[in-house]
Amino acid sequence: MLSIKNLHASVEGKEILKGINLEIKAGEVHAIMGPNGSGKSTLSQVLAGNEAFEVTEGEVLMDGNNLLDLETEERARDGIFLAFQYPVEIPGVSNMQFLRTAVNSLRRHRGEEEMNAAEFMKLARETSKQVDLDPNFLKRGVNEGFSGGEKKRNEILQALLLQPRLAILDETDSGLDIDALKVVADGVNALKSKDRAVLMVTHYQRLLNHIVPDYVHVLADGRIVKSGGSELAFELEERGYGWLGINDAVAS
Amino acid sequence: MANTDKQVNELIKREYEHGFVTDIEADTFEPGLNEDVIRRLSAVKGEPEFMLEWRLKAYRRWLEMDEPEWAHVHYPKVDYQNISYYSAPKRPEDMPQSLDEVDPELLRTYEKLGIPLHERAALAGVAVDAVFDSVSVATTFKEPLAKAGVIFCSISEAVHEHPELVKKYLGSVVPIGDNFFACLNAATFSDGTFVYIPKGVRCPMELSTYFRINAANTGQFERTLIIAEEGSYVSYLEGCTAPMRDENQLHAAVVELVALDDAQIKYSTVQNWYPGDENGIGGIYNFVTKRGAAIGKNSKISWTQVETGSAITWKYPSCILRGENSVGEFYSVALTNNYQQADTGTKMIHLGKNTSSTIISKGISAGHSSNAYRGLVKFGPGAEGARNFTQCDSLLIGDRSAAHTFPYIENKNKNSIVEHEATTSKVSDEQMFLCRQRGIDPEQAVSMIVNGFCKEVFKELPMEFAVEAGKLLEVSLEGSVG
Repeated sequence: MLSIKNLHASVEGKEILKGINLEIKAGEVHAIMGPNGSGKSTLSQVLAGNEAFEVTEGEVLMDGNNLLDLETEERARDGIFLAFQYPVEIPGVSNMQFLRTAVNSLRRHRGEEEMNAAEFMKLARETSKQVDLDPNFLKRGVNEGFSGGEKKRNEILQALLLQPRLAILDETDSGLDIDALKVVADGVNALKSKDRAVLMVTHYQRLLNHIVPDYVHVLADGRIVKSGGSELAFELEERGYGWLGINDAVAS
Repeated sequence: MANTDKQVNELIKREYEHGFVTDIEADTFEPGLNEDVIRRLSAVKGEPEFMLEWRLKAYRRWLEMDEPEWAHVHYPKVDYQNISYYSAPKRPEDMPQSLDEVDPELLRTYEKLGIPLHERAALAGVAVDAVFDSVSVATTFKEPLAKAGVIFCSISEAVHEHPELVKKYLGSVVPIGDNFFACLNAATFSDGTFVYIPKGVRCPMELSTYFRINAANTGQFERTLIIAEEGSYVSYLEGCTAPMRDENQLHAAVVELVALDDAQIKYSTVQNWYPGDENGIGGIYNFVTKRGAAIGKNSKISWTQVETGSAITWKYPSCILRGENSVGEFYSVALTNNYQQADTGTKMIHLGKNTSSTIISKGISAGHSSNAYRGLVKFGPGAEGARNFTQCDSLLIGDRSAAHTFPYIENKNKNSIVEHEATTSKVSDEQMFLCRQRGIDPEQAVSMIVNGFCKEVFKELPMEFAVEAGKLLEVSLEGSVG
């Protein structure tokens, strides 16, 4: 599904990604771990098409097509979804309106009929229960006055409504208590299917207890320095990053 | 009438003596302004003596006035001698006969705004009789109004039919010498709207200029007078979301509202005059004086405006809160794009006891435009227990636009309360990235964010208008992204 080859990217002239290689197939769950500043978030932002980052070298193919040629919204319509680490607020725009606009943009792209307000409301209310969000949140401004945990659940709600082919979760576990973590993990697990893939970016192993990855990759200084199965995550939890020769001074 | 004909004939004769040629376009005055032009204008309209006197008084006053320069707008000087002050309504045979003859670009915009087909034709200036039966439109609204005793007619008609009301109220809120543009209007206004709601009557429908199709082309100096008698209510809609065809560059309208005891006037405007092209060439100068006098106790005047058009907007719909417990409201969305300039806001003049006012202003600047809020909140010595709440928010799109806020507060009463809140924000890259990451088009994203920003004002608009206003913002913001 997704093939990343020798990807280099920089922000404000500073190189962050220094040659990433990664293959993700449909049905797989990948986790990217690594200390702060290793480039984890940059990788997710670059894949989603944040224009603040400049790709300087390498290529990313999605189903064989050059992803980097596409605008952010085109990537989204092709099924790339990014759950943000710090979801931004849009005051005055109701969550309901925002979500329906997004869902209908994707439906239009697929040549499907747009959902009217009533149909969508029914769907959105059902789905919000799945992530334990009171349907009243749908009436509020996008992320406006939401707590950290509510924002994260709202991101998963969006993923469930948009049904992406590749869901990228950027530190979705940060700032969540154990109950909220469980809710979020259940949501992600509900997304898993043989047609979809999940790429989780996380600093800690605890999310991986709930969403078990097929592959774990360790990112350090803009490169993947080690890959393995889910057992690698436990090893990192026990031994830290030091044994891989990584200086985790920032993280500690 | 015989007398009027005689006057006209005399005038025409005099014009010929002065060597004017009028045969080519008999219905349009040659450019220029002097006492003769005003006499001729008044005569053409067959006005009674008192109106002519009023106009002349205004004109003489205007000669002594200077054009104001305090507004935060820049434009080349207007040559007032280069304007024609009267143009008869177009004859049906001079208008486009069908939509096929209308600029396709204009039609494309109408379609985007969702304007019904038959309305599009009327707005595009197609001869009304050629499109639909104007009589039927007229009767559907005239009957229920007549039954309720509501007078809704052109101001020229009111001058003839209801001179006592015109004499009593015209200029009572905006005196002839109020300001340069209002004074010019008093001398030269060509037509406008007159509304009178009798005591205790709730106007059975929302009055809209659109219904008065015959007066849609009343020219650049419009005058509106609305009087709400004791205990009455009226909601008036001015303008239209559709861009109107218009060849006049300068618009200097005056609107006067009078609310007596327990009366309420709700005045909503959507202004979408031609803003000029994306390089700032052309466009309307909209220099308008709008003011309401809440004379009666417990009376209320509410202004809601959505301003997206015109090259320059200079406009401060205001309330004079004289009656005890009277209420003034101002809800405004002003959007400027490309090279548009707006200096708009309100004045709330608290004179009576326990008067209260609310100001909610939302300014949006995109492109190279400049958008200023200018507001005055004044408490007179008698405004015991009066209060005002002001909230003014500015939203910037891109990094070449400007927002300014000029609030003035004058308080001569110790027992009054004034609150002022102001914010300036930007449509952030993060917000745009979130929207686009969810598959939403950048232009739709901006429009959605801007609509969210304006929500508090839109909810004050009549339902149908609110929907149109949302779409209007979308159209006005085209090209503001990227």
